[in-house]
Amino acid sequence: MLARRIIPCLDVRDGKVVKGVQFRNHEIIGDIVPLAKKYAEAGADELVFYDITASSDGRVVDKSWVSRIAEVIDIPFCVAGGIKSENDAKEILMMGADKISINSPALRDPDLITRLADVFGQQCIVVGVDSFYNKETDEYQVYQFTGDEKRTQQTGWNTFDWIEKVVSLGAGEIVLNCMNQDGVRQGYDIEQLKQARAKCSVPLIASGGAGTIEHFSDVYQQADVDGALAASVFHKGVIAIKDLKTYLKEQNIEVRPC
Amino acid sequence: MTKVMTSAKNVIVDTGCANLSSVKFAVERLGFEVTITDDVTVIQQAEKVIFPGVGSAKHAMKNIKAKNLVAVLQGLTQPVLGFCLGMQLMTESSTEGKKSSTEGNSDDKTSNIVPCLNLIPTTIEPLKAQGNRLPHMGWNTLTQVRNHPIFKGISEGDYFYFVHSFAAPVSEYTIASCEYGSTFSAAIAKDNFIGCQFHPERSSALGSKIIQNFLELDSTELNQELVNL
Repeated sequence: MLARRIIPCLDVRDGKVVKGVQFRNHEIIGDIVPLAKKYAEAGADELVFYDITASSDGRVVDKSWVSRIAEVIDIPFCVAGGIKSENDAKEILMMGADKISINSPALRDPDLITRLADVFGQQCIVVGVDSFYNKETDEYQVYQFTGDEKRTQQTGWNTFDWIEKVVSLGAGEIVLNCMNQDGVRQGYDIEQLKQARAKCSVPLIASGGAGTIEHFSDVYQQADVDGALAASVFHKGVIAIKDLKTYLKEQNIEVRPC
Repeated sequence: MTKVMTSAKNVIVDTGCANLSSVKFAVERLGFEVTITDDVTVIQQAEKVIFPGVGSAKHAMKNIKAKNLVAVLQGLTQPVLGFCLGMQLMTESSTEGKKSSTEGNSDDKTSNIVPCLNLIPTTIEPLKAQGNRLPHMGWNTLTQVRNHPIFKGISEGDYFYFVHSFAAPVSEYTIASCEYGSTFSAAIAKDNFIGCQFHPERSSALGSKIIQNFLELDSTELNQELVNL
């Protein structure tokens, strides 16, 4: 049976893994390659590397670390950040990344998704969606340039409309970052993810809010997501992947043993 | 990327598609040397040949034709291992132009059939996922594993990493199967050609075990085992 995926996310800035709260105030967690190796050995099912400054600064991810990661780990990994063209994508994939994730460039040029899927195959094109719940209007809205607080801005897209749109354009997987929950460890946004799930026919990955092992079982059981992404709980040693998988298995959730 | 070399023990065929590095790194992590090449002589004289696995069948076959490698690859007699698309290229044809269906409905006659290398008599069809989400992406278990030298130390229930929307149906050439809506070939083999639908290079320790089994395989052992199947 297909296992639910546990995906540590490593936000990268200037070659270091960093973590902020609600996308701000980034602190350095450690070096990329040893951390990547540590997670692969600990039983992570996949890794995501986000160069959080790339889209905002108008530059492409510093590429050398992609192949250094590919050399040491034996699980799939995805690279996100500033991939704006077929050439950008090709470079990252040639260095050994399994998937590329696009976010702001897809909002600016939605057709990029189709062009990338045509050349590299739908399976390696992930679209990241940064979504903010506006309590006053009771609406889920897509944001862009979230790597840089000063440039972060709301787009005209409703989150669920955007998800439907990108899937129709050829996205092979969606990572939904629920911005209100990011870094605060109060649990995934189940309500939002359930609504996204209904609109998303490709694999859906939950992101933002993991704080306890129960948050993972909740998001798999209640929102039926294919994978759950988390950062701080893993980086700070709050949750060990082995313990998490043991717990999920006890809850009859299909996971790959560590 | 392609090095000028006169000989190499293990080669990865340079199909001109992206992501040949992850296969190369996986081989190197096991302590073996490997060369990425499209040189006819180097490929022909290698002891082991790997067909890498990312891209579309159409794109890969176009590149293989452009490099005049069709007959070369078809004529290989040493053990050959294909990963994912590399496995699919070993079949008669791929219907990749046809849209894969979550309803398992695949009788669309307007399909775009891509002729492949025709080394294993089976075809690649849209995965009949029966309502499961596509692409089939993530870690799934093998539901049946036949006694084949590359599966030494591998059992039913072991997890491997899959990423695909097309697959070979179960046939007499199936050496391992997997289930996702319906049962399909997780690995196929005929004579010296072996293909895995999953990605051993991204399947942690058990994936590495398969690559190691292949690289340490004695080709006479392969022939004997296949006779016994």
